[in-house]
Amino acid sequence: MGIRFDSVTVRYGDNTVLDSLDLTVEPGEVMALLGPSGSGKTTALRAVAGFVTPAAGRVLIGGRDVTALPPHRRGIGMVVQQYALFPHLRVEQNVAFGLKARKVPRARIAERVSEALRMTGMERYARRYPRELSGGQQQRVAIARALAIRPGVLLLDEPLSALDAQLRSGMLAELARLHRELPDVSILYVTHDQIEALTLADRIAVMDKARLQDCGTPQDLYRRPRTEFTASFVGNANLLPVTVIGDAVRFGGTELKVPVDGIAPGAAATLCVRPHLVGLGEGPNALRGTVAEVQWRGATHRVFVDIDGHQIKADVRELRTPPALGQQVAVHFATQDAVLLGAGVADG
Amino acid sequence: MLVHSRGGRWAVWIVFFALFLPVFALPFLVIMVASFATSWSGAFPSGMTLGHYQELTKGDSPHALLTSLVTALVASLAALAIGTWAALGAEALRRRGRRVVDALFMLPVAVPSVVVGLSLLVAFSKPPLLLNGTSTIVITAHTVLVTAFAYQSVAAALTRLDPAYEQSAASLGARPSYVLWRVKLPLLLPSLTAAAGLCFALSMGELSATMMLYPPNWVPLPVTIFGATDRGALFTGAALAVVLMASTLLVLFAVSRIRNRASYR
Ligand SMILES: Nc1ncnc2c1ncn2[C@@H]1O[C@H](COP(=O)(O)OP(=O)(O)OP(=O)(O)O)[C@@H](O)[C@H]1O
Ligand SMILES: [Mg+2]
Repeated sequence: MGIRFDSVTVRYGDNTVLDSLDLTVEPGEVMALLGPSGSGKTTALRAVAGFVTPAAGRVLIGGRDVTALPPHRRGIGMVVQQYALFPHLRVEQNVAFGLKARKVPRARIAERVSEALRMTGMERYARRYPRELSGGQQQRVAIARALAIRPGVLLLDEPLSALDAQLRSGMLAELARLHRELPDVSILYVTHDQIEALTLADRIAVMDKARLQDCGTPQDLYRRPRTEFTASFVGNANLLPVTVIGDAVRFGGTELKVPVDGIAPGAAATLCVRPHLVGLGEGPNALRGTVAEVQWRGATHRVFVDIDGHQIKADVRELRTPPALGQQVAVHFATQDAVLLGAGVADG
Repeated sequence: MLVHSRGGRWAVWIVFFALFLPVFALPFLVIMVASFATSWSGAFPSGMTLGHYQELTKGDSPHALLTSLVTALVASLAALAIGTWAALGAEALRRRGRRVVDALFMLPVAVPSVVVGLSLLVAFSKPPLLLNGTSTIVITAHTVLVTAFAYQSVAAALTRLDPAYEQSAASLGARPSYVLWRVKLPLLLPSLTAAAGLCFALSMGELSATMMLYPPNWVPLPVTIFGATDRGALFTGAALAVVLMASTLLVLFAVSRIRNRASYR
């Protein structure tokens, strides 16, 4: 089943927290809702689940308008940030909860509970209470509970945010495997972690300030962001204000060869280059400045270079002798690695 | 304890004993001792005996204890049901409506219980609602008096309950009534039993409203104690008081056992 937001607006008092959201999640698709804290991601999810009533617009699940339907008649699986496992029920009772509430015959309940527990690798813990489980195990149970009712739509609200980094990458792989086992389930996955979004999602919807900023495949958003916000939020891009001159751009006194893509000469634009595509030293499209900071990140060094009051981040392979602070250096990037954002589509 | 230095801790203990012992513990101790005494003219009682307790096994006292237990049990269960229901209802209201309900349930606490007794007496003294001289009016009065406490503790517990439980249950397909019985009430169980215990204890000790209302065949224990001491039978009164205390504590202890089990899960 797919999900469609049709100009959905949500307000709390005078505060618009979701501004006319238009978004379609195709059946079987994993859509990540990515954005900074407070951008309205959870609110969008709650609108699908039925916990907030939109001030305007419609929510459709599997083509059916559910805007006026109470939560318990929407048939969706949902996993919230803190899991909300019922503390007075054992793991198997938690997983069986939705089935019992829907009056599924007893024999079928047992079957489906063990199936859901098997899929999430939690069979061994069926008799435990939630407080006897680790965070990662609780998270699996929460997913098993949501999957047991065989929902057409699965809503996940920052499901990994309570886990440590190592467990998180393991669970990411598990979620990807789960989705391969259940190819028909559409997943709307809320996160503020771009790695999670890039890893898991078929498409990413980027939200900021109650609005949808951008939507596309991870490769699309990463390689050809359409707004400054997307460029900086997904992959932490370098942004430089430039002026278009013919088939190149001018930044300060330097002329840079970049794909101009039909932006009119004389127009202001934003040049966007990913840090890992910026090289240290002379080369084509070189810019000169002073080293402001050097961070060692294990396999790489991130070098911050001040150029005419703008800062460029360059991620380079670990250096034997990193540049000293204040040292004059040059950075460069290849023409095809740059993206030019016209002023007209820039984040407003 | 919030005091960390050794001297400070000693000082706190001394203050604790200086205040707690005379104010809280000593009266109970005196009652206990008095219930075994035959005379108490000097600093210490004399003529220790079990006679007062033997006396209690005959006469009206066993019936008074039973009356108190039944009254407290029925009143606290009724108060729990009404208070929980009202608190659940108030939760669904907007803020102003909730404040009105809150105020309404504060009323029996704010109004002196003698006044509550009198008002029930006046209200139910004419047909069709003629309850004067029945056990029902005593139980009703107790219910009115303790419901406020049940309402307040359940309402407080409800605001602490994470809405995520309810919402998860709803999204799993549970109707509101199913959510109430299978999720909300079980999660509230510790608070509910605490509220029931409080109501029971309050009802066991209620005297002033009861005095206005009790019929001859429904005399709760506090009234008997009052009667005994009024007659001048101080030591019999003390023995009755010990029985009242012990039976209340026993029930509270049993309730707290249930509560521990509930919160352990
Ligand atoms: N019940 C509420 N009443 C009033 N304002 C609310 C309520 N819930 C959320 N908001 C506001 O709506 C905005 C969006 O909240 P939302 O929870 O959707 O953000 P989010 O993108 O999920 O953020 P996070 O990543 O921190 O979870 C926030 O500014 C928040 O303060
Ligand atoms: Mg959120």
